[in-house]
Amino acid sequence: MVNDKFRKQLPLYLMLLPGMIVVFVYSYIPMIGIVIAFQRFIPAKGLFGPQEWVGLGNFRYILTLPDTYKILRNTVFIAGMKIIAGLVIPIVIALLLNEVRKERFKRSVQTIIYLPYFLSWVIFAGILIDILSPSEGIVNKILESIGLKPIYFLGDPKWFPYTMVITDLWKNFGFSTIVYLAALTSISPTLYEAAEIDGANRWQQTWYITLPGMRAIIVLLATLSLGSILNAGFEQIFNLYSPQVYETGDIIDTFVYRLGLIQAQYGLATAVGLFKSVVSFGLISLSYYLAYRLADYRIF
Amino acid sequence: MRKITRGEKIFSVFNYIILSIAALACILPMIHVLAVSLSSRSAVAAGVVKLWPVDFTLMSYKYVINKPEFSRSLLVSVKRVLLGLLVNMFLTIITAYPLSKDDHQFPYRTILVWYFVFTMLFGGGLIPFYMTVKFTGLIDTIWALIIPGALPVYNVILLLNFFRSLPKELEEAALVDGASHWTILWKIYVPLSLPALATLTLFTAVGHWNSWFDGLIFMNRPGNYPLQSYLQTIVVQQTITPGSTLATEDWKLLQIVSDRTVKTAQIFLGALPILIVYPFLQKYFMKGIVLGSLKE
Repeated sequence: MVNDKFRKQLPLYLMLLPGMIVVFVYSYIPMIGIVIAFQRFIPAKGLFGPQEWVGLGNFRYILTLPDTYKILRNTVFIAGMKIIAGLVIPIVIALLLNEVRKERFKRSVQTIIYLPYFLSWVIFAGILIDILSPSEGIVNKILESIGLKPIYFLGDPKWFPYTMVITDLWKNFGFSTIVYLAALTSISPTLYEAAEIDGANRWQQTWYITLPGMRAIIVLLATLSLGSILNAGFEQIFNLYSPQVYETGDIIDTFVYRLGLIQAQYGLATAVGLFKSVVSFGLISLSYYLAYRLADYRIF
Repeated sequence: MRKITRGEKIFSVFNYIILSIAALACILPMIHVLAVSLSSRSAVAAGVVKLWPVDFTLMSYKYVINKPEFSRSLLVSVKRVLLGLLVNMFLTIITAYPLSKDDHQFPYRTILVWYFVFTMLFGGGLIPFYMTVKFTGLIDTIWALIIPGALPVYNVILLLNFFRSLPKELEEAALVDGASHWTILWKIYVPLSLPALATLTLFTAVGHWNSWFDGLIFMNRPGNYPLQSYLQTIVVQQTITPGSTLATEDWKLLQIVSDRTVKTAQIFLGALPILIVYPFLQKYFMKGIVLGSLKE
């Protein structure tokens, strides 16, 4: 009986095996590789070879660096502003789109604003570097023509973090907007008809029907975004920053990249990465728990 | 019907204006870059190119396409998209199927799903990951771009949720008739999931086409770069790799094209596959969102 049951399940296990191996090698072995954070790691000795152990030495050293606090501050500042802007603007645009009665216009706008989401950050950064250039870029040409001084959006530490927030929003707001719009289609039209009969105007309909109808999805996206408070956007910043904006634009991920893969300080870089992994793990777990409690969201 | 008030009319006008601006802001930068790439060196330098090419020329494109680095990296990208699609989709399907079973049919299902989901919550970070790829011998091979991400866990979760929404009766009938799980998966589940699979295929292909960081760190020789990694080095890093700047012997060409027109031409070519498929496969692009964010 037991054998029979196992024989029935065997094909299922066999199907899982390749995926389990891939995940084991490229997700679980790197987790074990976290031990690098406690070593003076020399690649020639092998991943789990006889490395020199330094205990908490790498962590202690990182805490003495003034850069550490700056980078943490930059990361949370940029990521935090992105989260807020990324929640508010798409809600506004979705509400505005919801008021549009011309279907063709509505569809065209949706299609166009969603497009940049599918371009890689390399392509998008290439476009931004061209149009934001202080000497030749069209944006500064326009600013000049209305009598303003050119702004070095990507080279001025004062401007850099805001440029990151705006350009990230620019690339990605179409995505969330369409998520909200999808949620709006599930609101029953009879509610609006009833409100119309009761004499509610468009503003009242938005306030009392549309917004409450979006509440669940807003709560869901807000809680899930909590997990990305240490993700300030590596792909974007890596492609747009330069040494003159490290002061305000260097984030954990770019710092880990330079420290680890450029300067070959493997132990230090892994230690910084481990800090991020642990904090993110806590936040992501918390956000999934909150999403489950508040919005009844389950991953599987 | 309630009468439309004056305030509502004014709002409506403003609404159309705001939304038009939002849409234009997304599309005009791309049009500008396209116009620059199609203009002559002197027109671009004079700053007269706005949204329409001035002194129209295709020389920048001709120059780019004749660059061996460009065509070589394009070939790497095409190879990677095809191989990656094949591996990703196959593994996603055969992993999602067992995990979509009920607990009594597959008792350790929940633990096994967690085995995969945990990797979405926690990771070793960049350096241990890089070392793992290095010590498994993938550096400087195309497999470095395929194998480490061979199983997209998020897609597995989406597909297993989709599989669970399919009617159980078909499978039960097939099991009674003696069909194997393998047959049930490919003859019943896959044909019933074609719309979901089409969306996942599209997103996977776009993901592979757009990836650049893995190519940058896992390829020591720039000859192995996929297109996006190659573009990253010339458009963004602006490093002078051989062939990235105009060779001086092309002095005749230099009168027509400039670094900037060549760069914009490459940006546009890098985005082109996406721009081409986007309008036609829009339905599937939109569905990706519904698959991902709103499940019953």
